[in-house]
Amino acid sequence: MILAKTGNEALAYAMKQINPDVVAAYPITPSTEIVQIFAQYVSDGKVDSEFVAVESEHSAMAACIGSAASGCRTMTATASQGLMLMHEMLFIAGGLRLPIVMPIASRSVSSPLNIHGDHSDSLASRDSGWLQFFCETVQEGYDTLIQCVKIAERTSLPAICAVDGFILSHCMERIETFEDKPVREFIGKYKPNWNLLDIKKPILVGPATMQDYFFEFKRSQIEGMNKALPIIEEVQAEFKQKFGRGYGVIEEYRCEDAEAVVLLMGSACGTMREAVDEMRNQGKKVGMVKLRVFRPLPHQVLAESLAKFKTVAVMDRADTVNAWGGALFTEISSVLYDSPTRPKMLSYVYGLGGKEFSLADAAAVLEQAHAGKKEDLVTYIGVR
Amino acid sequence: MAESCSMLGGQALEVRWHGRGGQGAKTAALLFGESALDTGMYIQAFPEYGPERMGAPVAAFNRLSDKPIRSHAGVKNPRVVVVLDASLIEPARVTEGLVEDGILLVNSNVEPAELRKRLSLPPGIKLYVVDASKIAMETVGKNVPNTPMLGALVKVTGILDFEPMMVAIKHKLAEKFRGGKEKFVEPNLVSIRRAYEEVRC
Repeated sequence: MILAKTGNEALAYAMKQINPDVVAAYPITPSTEIVQIFAQYVSDGKVDSEFVAVESEHSAMAACIGSAASGCRTMTATASQGLMLMHEMLFIAGGLRLPIVMPIASRSVSSPLNIHGDHSDSLASRDSGWLQFFCETVQEGYDTLIQCVKIAERTSLPAICAVDGFILSHCMERIETFEDKPVREFIGKYKPNWNLLDIKKPILVGPATMQDYFFEFKRSQIEGMNKALPIIEEVQAEFKQKFGRGYGVIEEYRCEDAEAVVLLMGSACGTMREAVDEMRNQGKKVGMVKLRVFRPLPHQVLAESLAKFKTVAVMDRADTVNAWGGALFTEISSVLYDSPTRPKMLSYVYGLGGKEFSLADAAAVLEQAHAGKKEDLVTYIGVR
Repeated sequence: MAESCSMLGGQALEVRWHGRGGQGAKTAALLFGESALDTGMYIQAFPEYGPERMGAPVAAFNRLSDKPIRSHAGVKNPRVVVVLDASLIEPARVTEGLVEDGILLVNSNVEPAELRKRLSLPPGIKLYVVDASKIAMETVGKNVPNTPMLGALVKVTGILDFEPMMVAIKHKLAEKFRGGKEKFVEPNLVSIRRAYEEVRC
């Protein structure tokens, strides 16, 4: 069906179709409208989910962990300070390998207080052991959240599906939704590997593990994340086969003969496509690489794609406060360090706290990438 | 749809709405987007969020196109500006960024010629006026100028076919007013039709 939906509405609609066993969430600000809309589905009897309204995001994630450990398909949603308050629990969900799925409207983090879109909250959670997807459009948010359920369950890893706060979460766009039935067929019935409540197969969950075994647990968690990439690709392919829309872990846009490319994530990719087209009309060989899957970082895919360009400009929508480049820039630079050919790397930070990122801003980055140089080590776009 | 999109000329139509918190600028932008979607267009509708208070100046935006919309930048140079509250004209600098031959549509009871003089509008800008507040008072019984302004907007842009749009809006309003407020659907529809007929330049 063709519908007009905001990012929040589309993600809540996907949750309705997923019909998780349990949703535990904190239903007021600083959370997102997703929870409010989903709660309406619950009270209208549109879903079978057990909705647990908790007293904070910390408790929301704690309840999700309990639910997922009991073998239930479990979801929640949050943003910004809410994700910050979950931080401790995110690592526990990651370490216990619980396939909790969480759409977030990615936003800035206080202080100063600001409610608008950037990637500070999601990138601050990057080491917590969650898969992380960044979406360009409302449509991609809807599609990706459905994929996330399958990917999380197949990899035994929790998954964050991020849309840019306000820029997508509150923007109404045209989307094509599927019927409930094919969505439920696609995600299938959840068969957990273990279940805390299965008294015939008693197990221990979350024990204390000291020097002798902690590192081994962590190493196996890391291996789980390392092995997630082919599973993501597999699910993307299954999604394309069933629904016709295909996504890669990265996407190269007009990169065939490009000399310089810009790499970025999220809603600004669309604006960058427009700028690439304009530059191409002027005969400048530039392109864009969109990174859709940030965790696991598709190391090899990125190395193979990027090593062929003369210049790679990396744009971060979050800052690391003195790591000399955002998280994306430092990670992508590290990906390319051992390449036989090493592109010139340019670092940009843009759009913090919802700061406008215009077509002209996108074109200016492409111009510098095309020239292959700029003066500042890190450029903060549009800052007065 | 092919005909109604002719004014797009391959470009997205960008609209900026000005209102005061509570007047429904955001709702109107969403309704306009949804109605355009029903005629087969690609759409975006988004508000400018700030401190949300009743009466404070707010803005909302639309992009409409016959092909997929990729940009997620803000709307800086709209082709159409809709002003729900005439008292905003100066403080909100409603003509800022409006393209040279753009359309300014104002809810006001002042004559268009008089308003044009007061605003010292550049000659290229097309000014349209409709007394949407009066229409709303006479139909809905409240000063809710947002829905009638939709009718005027459709008239001055010619971007949507009116009757099919009314069918779409009736459906949306029925959804919006479900659960005891259904009686507001019909008066709102009448207000849209009246503004469509009464808007002038």
